[in-house]
Amino acid sequence: MSGLLAPADWAAIGLTLRLAMATTVLLLLVALPLAWWLAGSASRWRAPVAALVTLPLVLPPTVLGFYLLVLMGPDGPLGRLTQSLGWGLLSFTFTGLLIGSVVYSLPFAVQPLRDAFEAAGKRPLEVAQTLGATPLQAFVSVVLPLARPGLLTAAVLTFAHTIGEFGVVLMIGGSIPGRTQVVSTQIYGHVEGMDYAAAHTLAVMLLVFSFAVLLALSLLGRRRMRVLP
Amino acid sequence: MFALLAGAASAAEVTVAVAANFTAPMQRLAALFEQQTGHRVLASYGSTGKFFAQIGNGAPFDVFLSADDETPAKLEQGGAAVPGTRLTYAVGRLALWSRTAGMVDAKGEVLRGDGFDRLAIADPRLAPYGAAAVQTLRSLSLLEHLQPRFVTGENITQAHQFVATGNAPLGFVALSQVQVDGRIGEGSAWVVPAHLHEPIVQQAVLLTKGRDNPAARALLDFLRSEPARALIGRYGYDLARP
Repeated sequence: MSGLLAPADWAAIGLTLRLAMATTVLLLLVALPLAWWLAGSASRWRAPVAALVTLPLVLPPTVLGFYLLVLMGPDGPLGRLTQSLGWGLLSFTFTGLLIGSVVYSLPFAVQPLRDAFEAAGKRPLEVAQTLGATPLQAFVSVVLPLARPGLLTAAVLTFAHTIGEFGVVLMIGGSIPGRTQVVSTQIYGHVEGMDYAAAHTLAVMLLVFSFAVLLALSLLGRRRMRVLP
Repeated sequence: MFALLAGAASAAEVTVAVAANFTAPMQRLAALFEQQTGHRVLASYGSTGKFFAQIGNGAPFDVFLSADDETPAKLEQGGAAVPGTRLTYAVGRLALWSRTAGMVDAKGEVLRGDGFDRLAIADPRLAPYGAAAVQTLRSLSLLEHLQPRFVTGENITQAHQFVATGNAPLGFVALSQVQVDGRIGEGSAWVVPAHLHEPIVQQAVLLTKGRDNPAARALLDFLRSEPARALIGRYGYDLARP
């Protein structure tokens, strides 16, 4: 197998997996409170925030990537902040890609969680609280288990979406082997470079791997849901 | 887009695939050509590798203005281009560019210092200008020293974008991207001497689809004409002998 792929391809595979996992974990941490707030809040900011969260779906990924590049650049607010903190610029770094991926997949994590929270309703939380649980305890031990299918969907969509992420990475990545060169940009590079054999090999691996992961998660999700009443 | 192009095709229209680095001059050339001949030009701009894949798979282009001379030759061998119609319409020049005035000196000595952490280039595997940048650094014996600072754009447009947005302090771009009417428009640049890299020969070719289109042949003739050559020269390209 290693004979079929160049070292840069293997580096891209490793990096893609790291990026997808880091994005999934970080995005769930961001999306859980956000989706909970969107599901239950009576604030007049709810509708604008919900629209804002959905916006990454609208912009073409390369355009979104371009604005992230400007935002992270020396004239952008984020670039100014990171430079004043002595971190340098985030473009062309793994952290930069991670931020880009979180923004890019935000609606894919928030939406299923929000739906799940709305379906569960406020009632279980209130009951748990009258039984003496703190809000956090009630959320973790009552609401989260109820929202598990939504959580699983959010995680799967985020992971898959990040694996296939292309335009954003293309714009802010700079294609540095082992640091910002992911599978999708590597396949694209092979196609553009007319090295179709390498492109096919990597694309087939990506598809087979992604299919296996999605299938496993889907089977896992169904089994877990059957346990639930 | 293809449906649109195909639907609009007629004898007096020529559909052209144009390498991205030639976008600005082509827009002016197309206007001049339309004025002179009455034909219409429908131009698509993109990377040479993408056009190669599209043309090989039946894209409805009559003429192809490539960023190199290998791809037109390859198309000719594969039967997608008409033999004997290749012509060198421009020879690309490379520039080391920064948007900061005074950062890049007239001899490129900035490359030997440590005043920059990132150097933008186009992917040398894909873009002739990227390959020329790598050859230049090799000629200067700086390749291994500077390689860790590379940030690589998919094409020369992206390399330019990295520098233009300040995400890379300097980078190798096409002179045509930063030269406006014979001089550097903004920031500072070093026009890389042509002997430091292999010539970036950009060739045009008549595609099989355009074989019987008089407007396609007229466009290729036009690219050889004096007014067209003068315009191409003003955008920072060298010209092959007529």
